[in-house]
Amino acid sequence: MKHMDPNFRKDTKTEFPQREELKPRKVTTPDGQVIDIEPLQDYFCQEPPKVHQKSYFKIVEDFYNWCRAESLWILAFGTGCGAIEMRPLMTPRFDAYRYGIQWRATPRQANLLMISGYLSVKTLKRAIRTYEQMQGPKYVVGLGSCTINGGMYWDSYNTIKKLEEYLPVDLYIAGCMPRPEALLAGFMELKKKIKAGNAEGANKYAEKFDWYKANQKAVIKDWDMPDYNW
Amino acid sequence: MMQAIYDRLKDRFQLGALDVRSRKGLAFVDLRREFLRPVLTELRDVEGFTHLILLTAVDWIEDERFQLTYLLNNRQKNLDLGLRLRLDRNLAIGETIHDLWPTAATYQRELREMFGIAFPGSPRVDEEFILEGWTDMPPYRRDFDTLAYSQQTHADREGRETSDPREFMKQILYPKD
Repeated sequence: MKHMDPNFRKDTKTEFPQREELKPRKVTTPDGQVIDIEPLQDYFCQEPPKVHQKSYFKIVEDFYNWCRAESLWILAFGTGCGAIEMRPLMTPRFDAYRYGIQWRATPRQANLLMISGYLSVKTLKRAIRTYEQMQGPKYVVGLGSCTINGGMYWDSYNTIKKLEEYLPVDLYIAGCMPRPEALLAGFMELKKKIKAGNAEGANKYAEKFDWYKANQKAVIKDWDMPDYNW
Repeated sequence: MMQAIYDRLKDRFQLGALDVRSRKGLAFVDLRREFLRPVLTELRDVEGFTHLILLTAVDWIEDERFQLTYLLNNRQKNLDLGLRLRLDRNLAIGETIHDLWPTAATYQRELREMFGIAFPGSPRVDEEFILEGWTDMPPYRRDFDTLAYSQQTHADREGRETSDPREFMKQILYPKD
């Protein structure tokens, strides 16, 4: 099997310096006033996510869940090769629209994030940012073996292995890559989960927020965004 | 045709032997460092090698050398010529050629990031190219162990099995041996 150097130690001491544009500084306004700027505080809201309470009556919550399950709006954000499986799904051959599933252009309009394939650390940063910008209730589906255990990128220095350490995954669809039929079966499974009230990823993210952030910051050295961007 | 070009340049620039590979019209030549710029200029302006196909590096860790390969193309005569230049691995400083071919600046930026070869004077060479927030040694160096790095950074999922293809097929085809 592949040779591994037993003496190799990863550099854990070097810290990546904060970007120049994110450092607190003094700025002179056009009318001559000198003001303090702290970009991470001033430009972004620092409020952490909150757990979304369930409805008091179970029948009302069930109705909500039925509504949620029947309109899954997917964010058109392809991270890997799996994004190519979405095109036949959209078009008449597989036609996912008949199940109330459609693709949206912006995170504000979507409630389902498909991580479609391998995630490099650089893309993970964008995926986290995108996920946090989506409005709850929101769901994450990991596609393919890359999101499950690294897949064929199991020895890559720049690709994450387990997606659920960084984002709350509701459902994995196995395959390399899963065919559109497998995706449709996965969507049906996700619908069942939502209707049963088990797709609580967004709430889990809010509850274990510190754990997720610690994991994310362990791999993303160049953290140039607020802790929660929404 | 390649031989004629080589014969014209050989003595003036003290080139190494002409190494013809795989097909006619593709050859490699070893080059001494001080002649890099004169040879490239001559090839571009006089011999018609107007296109820099790529600039890449090889890590010869056993020899303590980096090899830079400048691959040039002569479109009129359909010739490809690779110039091989060896650098000391511990003092990896190359010479920038971005004024001869502007595209070289991008290659040099990539080599700076992935191999840690410095190209002083090349535009934007110290900016990040592909990696973001990378703090370890340049990952294309051969003493960077990507499997070890991966295992120390990302946890494996339990239950993952790997099997050697040779052993696996042997068990299936010849179980008695």
